[in-house]
Amino acid sequence: MGLELTKEEREMLGGKHGKATRKAMEIITTLGEIYGAERLIPVSSVQIAGVSYHNLGEAGLEYLSEMAEDGHARVLTTLNPAGMDLDEWKKHGISEDFALNQQRVVDAFEKMGVITTCTCTPYLIGNLPHYGEHIAWAESSAVCFANSVIGALTNREGGPSALASALTGRTAEYGLHLKENRAAQVKYEVKTKLNQTDDFGLLGHIIGERTGKTIPYITGVSHATTEQLKSFSASVATYGGVAIFHMEGITPNRTTVPEKTEVIAGEDLDKARATLDDEGAEIDFISVGCPHASIKEIATIAKMLEGKQVTEGKTVWITTAKPTKDLAIKMGFYDTIEKAGAFLVADACCAVAPLKGRFTGLMTDSAKACFYARGKNKFKTEIRTVEECLKEAVS
Amino acid sequence: MQGRKIFKGKVSGEALVTGEDISFYGGCDPETGEIVEKGHHLEGKSVSGKILVFPTGKGSTVGSYVLYALKKAEKAPLAIINRTTDPVVAVGCIISEIPAIDQIEIEKIKNGQKLEVDADNGVVSIIE
Repeated sequence: MGLELTKEEREMLGGKHGKATRKAMEIITTLGEIYGAERLIPVSSVQIAGVSYHNLGEAGLEYLSEMAEDGHARVLTTLNPAGMDLDEWKKHGISEDFALNQQRVVDAFEKMGVITTCTCTPYLIGNLPHYGEHIAWAESSAVCFANSVIGALTNREGGPSALASALTGRTAEYGLHLKENRAAQVKYEVKTKLNQTDDFGLLGHIIGERTGKTIPYITGVSHATTEQLKSFSASVATYGGVAIFHMEGITPNRTTVPEKTEVIAGEDLDKARATLDDEGAEIDFISVGCPHASIKEIATIAKMLEGKQVTEGKTVWITTAKPTKDLAIKMGFYDTIEKAGAFLVADACCAVAPLKGRFTGLMTDSAKACFYARGKNKFKTEIRTVEECLKEAVS
Repeated sequence: MQGRKIFKGKVSGEALVTGEDISFYGGCDPETGEIVEKGHHLEGKSVSGKILVFPTGKGSTVGSYVLYALKKAEKAPLAIINRTTDPVVAVGCIISEIPAIDQIEIEKIKNGQKLEVDADNGVVSIIE
């Protein structure tokens, strides 16, 4: 069959729309050919990963600058977290050098017409596709949330391929853009009660590790908040390769129910908790907001920190998107949190900020944050509820 | 050997062959081209200036930018030959303009052999 292009797409590939668009189209069509796509499809929303200078490095920045020479986003495009709060980085202990380079990355994206708000939860701040919409997102937790909870359709893009979709407004039709590749393959019966976000993260850990890349169908979860589902999405995508799940009674996609069934009991949750709790962890860093905290979570956190004081020697980061932080400022939550000695950090998170060597032990409610804290930053970790995390902070 | 073009270009050079997958992010030094993944078959060897032959890529999508960094540092492989090219390596080759071909029976290529790569037509020839 081969990949068929429209006249406009052929023109993009031929260079009629400029150098960056041609390069972008080369990426999209090559991926399409590798995966046997028959055509390209329009996307209405893009979310780009590879924003932290810490991960991109000088070469990545050079590539972005080259693309920014004549590239321009054709659809709504937002960014994944950067390595720092773009305004208040100084008081979070980020170096001048790093800040300068991080700003150059953001500037390159801005030049391309990207909305330079940096968050792993674009769906909470105005980059919200609807059911059935084709999009090209890169952040693995957001991809999982979009496919599963919203019912939009996206593959798990890399940084350059997501940018390529932004500049062309297209993606190749393969993988999770096709209904037949979205059906559940294994059923997981949850036979234990899940309470807070940390429990949902632990469930993601268990299912992620067991399921790998096979698509799970989860039963036995009677109720889940948006915050709990974002925690689960992050964890299941981190510990497995999964970019979509089905949760009975909660997620909107239709699917056949798989025969093959596995059971998840209370003891599995305990075991998962034990694997994320390192022995002898000395907690000097507490971080909540992986994925980025919602305004509801921040309101709760502010209430818990009211009149309290963070213990000397401990650092607290509540990470969120900039528009959410602005709302928190308006509502007085920011003042309450900062008065207690904690930081409300926008644009960044504990997984992508340059934090190696600054702390030794992280307490968090996020199973995903544990993974990156251990692997990249060599911190020991403990996973607790948000309330327990904040109690530890002010103990 | 006839394969499939991933990114165009014609080069000839010496083959560096491994039967193990490569993760460029974390597995290859972006400044020197040295494979640094612990226990990897090519650990300590540099991919720079070689026709790098391996089954497929693995690991983080940031790997595409590592290939780009290698190219800018003039430490990139001359070309890449895969059994199946994964998206991370494919995108890396496109943005760095490294000739690449996949769908090749890489077992037939021996380490140190001289190869001619005609990626435009998806052809790999063993010269000696």
